[in-house]
Amino acid sequence: MKKVKVATVWLDGCSGCHMSLLDMDAAIISLSRKIDIVYGPLVDAQEFPEEVDVTLVEGAVSSQDDLNKIRKIRQRTQILISLGDCAVTGNVPAMRNNIPVNKLLQRVYVDGSDEKKLIPSDRVPALLKQARPLREFVKVDHWLPGCPPPAKAILGLITDLLEGRKPEVGQPKFG
Amino acid sequence: MKRITIEPISRIEGHGKITIQLDDEGHVAGAEFHVTQIRGFEKFTEGRPFYEMPGITARICGICPISHLLASAKACDAIMAVRIPPAARKLRELVHFAQIVQSHALSFFYLSAPDFLLGMSSNAARRNVMGVIADYPELARDGIELRKFGLQVVEGLAVERVHTSWIVPGGVAKPLAAPVRDRILSELPAAKAIVERTIPFFKRALDNFAEQIAVFGSFPTMYAGMVNAKGDLQLYDGTLRFRSASGEIVEDQIPAEDYKHWIGEASLRESYLKAPYFVPQGFPAGVYRVGPLGRLNAASRCGTPAADAEFQEFHQRFGTVAHSSFLYHYARLIEILYALESIEALVNDPQILDTHVRATAGVNALEGVGMIEAPRGTLIHHYKVNDEGAITWANLIVATGHNNLAIGRSVQQVAEHYVDGTKLNEGMLNHVSAVVRAYDPCLSCSTHAAGSLAMTIQLLDREGTILDEISN
Repeated sequence: MKKVKVATVWLDGCSGCHMSLLDMDAAIISLSRKIDIVYGPLVDAQEFPEEVDVTLVEGAVSSQDDLNKIRKIRQRTQILISLGDCAVTGNVPAMRNNIPVNKLLQRVYVDGSDEKKLIPSDRVPALLKQARPLREFVKVDHWLPGCPPPAKAILGLITDLLEGRKPEVGQPKFG
Repeated sequence: MKRITIEPISRIEGHGKITIQLDDEGHVAGAEFHVTQIRGFEKFTEGRPFYEMPGITARICGICPISHLLASAKACDAIMAVRIPPAARKLRELVHFAQIVQSHALSFFYLSAPDFLLGMSSNAARRNVMGVIADYPELARDGIELRKFGLQVVEGLAVERVHTSWIVPGGVAKPLAAPVRDRILSELPAAKAIVERTIPFFKRALDNFAEQIAVFGSFPTMYAGMVNAKGDLQLYDGTLRFRSASGEIVEDQIPAEDYKHWIGEASLRESYLKAPYFVPQGFPAGVYRVGPLGRLNAASRCGTPAADAEFQEFHQRFGTVAHSSFLYHYARLIEILYALESIEALVNDPQILDTHVRATAGVNALEGVGMIEAPRGTLIHHYKVNDEGAITWANLIVATGHNNLAIGRSVQQVAEHYVDGTKLNEGMLNHVSAVVRAYDPCLSCSTHAAGSLAMTIQLLDREGTILDEISN
């Protein structure tokens, strides 16, 4: 049987969702027979591959880089999943949203430094005005809320998709 | 001049990239390490009630949320001006040691073992934990089981593995139940056995890595880590010690609240991660390293028998002060052993089941500092509040920050040794990423303030303008 190509992506989050993914513990061994992780923080793939079956995305869209990345990922992915509250709602990264970006950077890098009081600008991506959830930029196929989502829920979703079932976690209502 | 960009650096916890400048002959002219994410916790927590800080700052990092919960809770203890009950202190230590085990196991087995076992220049598509599972199933299972042991202790105490609400200002939310204690005790021997076979395996393997040991961040710096009054390694309580490159103790017994006298922070134009430095030597001369290597260099001993035997052997083999960052991996394994021995001592302490685990109080001080040794090094949370307990100012210095200057220099050293611009290949660049991995940097933590080794080569003119760019 052809292995399912799975990618995991980490945008503006804390990696807690990726840790919860690993919290399936030894189940990863049997899963490794059915899937290939073709991209993500755990592997050394070069570029986001052209045809990926399932992509799990942790984190909010917070910088210009995040935005470019998620648009490219959407084009190359069949099933896109918002993994965890930051991807689903913006969550903690969005706590900065009522603060102008320059004030935030001023506080951290100018007022908060003892030497070289300057705002980083060389080869670092610009922040967007606000950290926003994935669905505001691209079509999302499944949501898995939680901070982080429980390991069992993540494994359950992957298993459902592998076995061709419609995942039980549906599309939550917003607002 | 050409510039190579490695972005993102893979198999690390966070968003980073490396740029390498090549001169016209293809030699490495310079290399820089960039952290590319910033979230601004210091700013957006202004106005929040201080007791929310553990829950919010845990979300800085999903790998070591316990570290932030503990440093934050200690800062809150100081604002409440309470001494937490003895059992609470022991339970916080217990959960902290469990976190050290899981976090170090993740770094060693999941993130860096693919380099040691499959080869730094091996097929990039297989050079990951899945490749290790396929080729070295027993070692892979050991890593999975060891990480699981640490997380099951966390789960037993704190219910959730990630982002628990069990650690609170004044202590912990609930005492330890006897059945959980008994389960931890019964699972300890298997966890110890894993470390006891991994350490000899890695010590033998070190002979194959002489070249890496010689150039992976191998230069003299100071080291810092927390110790007790006797100079023993401490991870939860203790004071900070700085040891010089030649082995003298430069500063000792620095309490958390005095950190600003010794640690300054500098902003860098090319990174969202600030660079702390040792104040008496100034910036950028005051480079020091923290984390497993920093701690084993700073401390006089570990304080548990099996770890002390390994500690001695480590220093006999690599000197009183071991300078290569490749040895972070070795130090990490010794610390797992130390953490398991410490867990054993704590769960055998009858006081661990005591039900007085939380002190309550309001705002009794307008400022508080909490300092602990997180898996990756010294972590400091510093808060100021108003009379109502709302945060008016916060500063966080994370472990990877302290290492920022040293990581930058290490990247430069490895790039100079391995990268040849006239015949570039992926393996050369993976060596540069691997030295970053040795520090186990947590760029998630670093950016309170992935996957691919994508290679982009930019052709620049002398002013640095991009003339041409090739991506793979």
